[in-house]
Amino acid sequence: MNVLEVADLHVSIGRTDIVRGVSFALEPEQTLGIVGESGSGKSMTVLAATGLLDAPGARVSGSSFLHDERLGDSQLIGQTPKALRRVHGDAIGFVFQDPSTSLNPLLTLERQITESLEAHRNMTRRAARVRALDLLTAVGIPSPENRLDAYPHQLSGGQRQRVMIAIALACDPALLIADEPTTALDVTTQAQIISLVRDLQEQRGTAVVWISHDLGVIGQVADSCLVLQEGRVVEHRPIVDLVDAPAHPYTQVLLAARPRLGGSPPPPVDDSGAVLLDVANLDVRFPVSTPTGRTHVHAVQDVSFQVRRGTTLGLVGESGSGKSTIANALTGLVRANGDAWLDGQVLLGKVPRDRRRRLAMVFQDPFSSLDPRISAGGAVAEPLRVHRLRPGRHRERVAELFDLVRLPGAFASRFPHELSGGQRQRVSIARALALEPDLLILDEATASLDASIQAQVLQLLRDLQQELALTYLFIAHDLAIVQDMSHDVLVMREGVAVEYRPAADLFADPREQYTQRLLAAIPPERPRAALER
Amino acid sequence: MSNEQRPTAEPGSGGVGPIGGVDRLGGPGRAGPAGLDGSAPERRVASWRLLAANPVTVAAAVVLAVVAFVALFAPWLAPYGVNEVDVAGALQSPSWAHPFGTDDLGRDILSRVMLAAGTSLQVAVVSVTFAFCIGVPVGIISGYVGGWLDTVSMRVVDVMFAFPVLLLALAIVAILQPGIATTMLAIGIVYTPIFARVARASTLSVRTEPYVQVAQTMGTPWSRILRRHVLPNITGPLIVQTSLSLAFAILSEAALSFLGLGIQPPQPSWGGMLFAAQGFVTQAWWMSVFPGLAIFVTVLAFNLLGDGLRDVLDPKQRTRMEARHR
Repeated sequence: MNVLEVADLHVSIGRTDIVRGVSFALEPEQTLGIVGESGSGKSMTVLAATGLLDAPGARVSGSSFLHDERLGDSQLIGQTPKALRRVHGDAIGFVFQDPSTSLNPLLTLERQITESLEAHRNMTRRAARVRALDLLTAVGIPSPENRLDAYPHQLSGGQRQRVMIAIALACDPALLIADEPTTALDVTTQAQIISLVRDLQEQRGTAVVWISHDLGVIGQVADSCLVLQEGRVVEHRPIVDLVDAPAHPYTQVLLAARPRLGGSPPPPVDDSGAVLLDVANLDVRFPVSTPTGRTHVHAVQDVSFQVRRGTTLGLVGESGSGKSTIANALTGLVRANGDAWLDGQVLLGKVPRDRRRRLAMVFQDPFSSLDPRISAGGAVAEPLRVHRLRPGRHRERVAELFDLVRLPGAFASRFPHELSGGQRQRVSIARALALEPDLLILDEATASLDASIQAQVLQLLRDLQQELALTYLFIAHDLAIVQDMSHDVLVMREGVAVEYRPAADLFADPREQYTQRLLAAIPPERPRAALER
Repeated sequence: MSNEQRPTAEPGSGGVGPIGGVDRLGGPGRAGPAGLDGSAPERRVASWRLLAANPVTVAAAVVLAVVAFVALFAPWLAPYGVNEVDVAGALQSPSWAHPFGTDDLGRDILSRVMLAAGTSLQVAVVSVTFAFCIGVPVGIISGYVGGWLDTVSMRVVDVMFAFPVLLLALAIVAILQPGIATTMLAIGIVYTPIFARVARASTLSVRTEPYVQVAQTMGTPWSRILRRHVLPNITGPLIVQTSLSLAFAILSEAALSFLGLGIQPPQPSWGGMLFAAQGFVTQAWWMSVFPGLAIFVTVLAFNLLGDGLRDVLDPKQRTRMEARHR
């Protein structure tokens, strides 16, 4: 008996078709992976199929049958809100992408976990508390008794996602919907959440729909996989077959785009080994004022490194390891102690504007790092105007830069919201290049892009390094892409430099336990289902 | 997600897909040297065309143009003199001879409304412009720079807020000579802290945006960051505040005039007429309704024009409007 049966699902908003005829079925204990780029309709499909779609003007047609032993069969499409409320949280549990916003900051964990128990199961406060304790233990929260009365801000991102899973599983639902549940998490945390969901699924026999843009993750969780492109199913097969012999070209592209270990960076453009950026004993503390006085967070502790001209230094670590703080210190956004020289010139403290120009930075979020009111061409021309570079031929220079990042010059008059994420990030790169910098700092520059677009932007960065003999400081949390880019690697953990070696040596023989852990957390190339056979 | 905001491609541009091309599958495909000269930026629709395509904006602009025309040429357009007293014909209801009726001294209300337009508009526009030009820079700078400068300037603003609007205006008028210039100055000063507050609050949220940080890392001078990145991104709330203040400025002028400290009689103003009509609300509704209507229509026109401007200045709205325009 299938838990969920979706047939010929269509969703349209206004005149735009978002989902065009999606059908699938899901058995108990099975995991269905749904992959596709952003905008392919993954989330829309699942939200519509579970009756949770709440976009104004959205029209849903088709059928979606939920079979639950307690509640019986129910059609979820075209259902009244009241009937849907009976199902949501009881027969279907949800886990969403961002654990920092899906928990209510003003309620204790106990209140949030017991909410659905009290609503659906008429449990008493006391019984619900016992159940909440069981759930927190099951999802692996340390010392759960103390954590019941904690608030979300007291937990780390990974722990918050565990709590979300506990909430979703509170009523023992037949179906768990996980919409990009690990995208906002570090690799190591991602690996933990994946194995947690797998264990819970085995114990409870829950069926899971797991949405992700990353086939690597889907390979670790799914039994079968559905590939969506522009709202259509292009391939739907068992995961092992899909990975071993992808039939559709789109699936092949997605597979090729997975970040995988074993790559290597292009040869350095400059073999001289001359040092371009020299950082010595960099130390950053942030003051934090509390009601009882001032304290500080030691974000970067005595870090030293060098970047050779024409090479890439990869800076890796989990969130909170201080890698972005290093970038911000070098660009003057935060105050730091220690010394830094760019080509022999002092970089920290008050420096002439012209020296700032020689070190450009590309930020993570392509949406917010472009001014929404300035066109793409205007954004690229901005540094030219600020530094009075190439006076009188800004227009030609902007066209050159657009060409350099492989964007059509016609896009120059578009506003940021009229471009896709990857295009926006290309604009950001063009803007950084406009400064004609010696060093480019790429702070998680591809982290918020889809895997396939990330691969294209990484390729662009590699090409640009060859063409323009650029030097990169490449900040990332994903060791697989760091390996593709970097000649040297510096691993950071909680503000301390853990391991700093040439990339080839580090990947061949990671010395520190922490580095080994990071490497182990990368989803393996083969799907889990293939290894279990 | 970006699908729903798809702009339509320029006709004849060879259909460069809006989201298409580069990041679609199949790789970037180098534009090549030939692609360079062949790809001039897509042409956008001019702002005035978009404004003209919005019927509400056009109507508002027409109304304001009419009001301005009347204000300028009232002495020649008005059927009666502004102070033509006719005690025998006092408190007449609207008729062909007096379309808006007459007041307690028998003066023609239509003529007075027309002649008051100039004064009222002048007071509203000048005082709000003054408040905007002082308040917004103070607010933006104090929000962006922060620290002690912010603390000091915001405490000053708090002190100004602590006084009731009218009391503060009264004090200013009392120090200076009553008259139209003083009235405008007083109202301008009273509204300055409001603009400072709105500008500061919006700046605080814009200042932490990554695009401002990008500008900082590029070594952009702060004055340029404020002008180019901060100010354009806070125009929405500022436009709303401006249209609200225009309405309140007309009313504040009325209150001051009523207390004998604003526009000196016999020079008419809409607010002054409203206040003078208070005693006759039950006997002669037309005395208050017509000046009130004049204020209402003018303020509404300012508001609607502001909305239209805000939409054209907002890139997202603009995309949708351009798509419809083509």
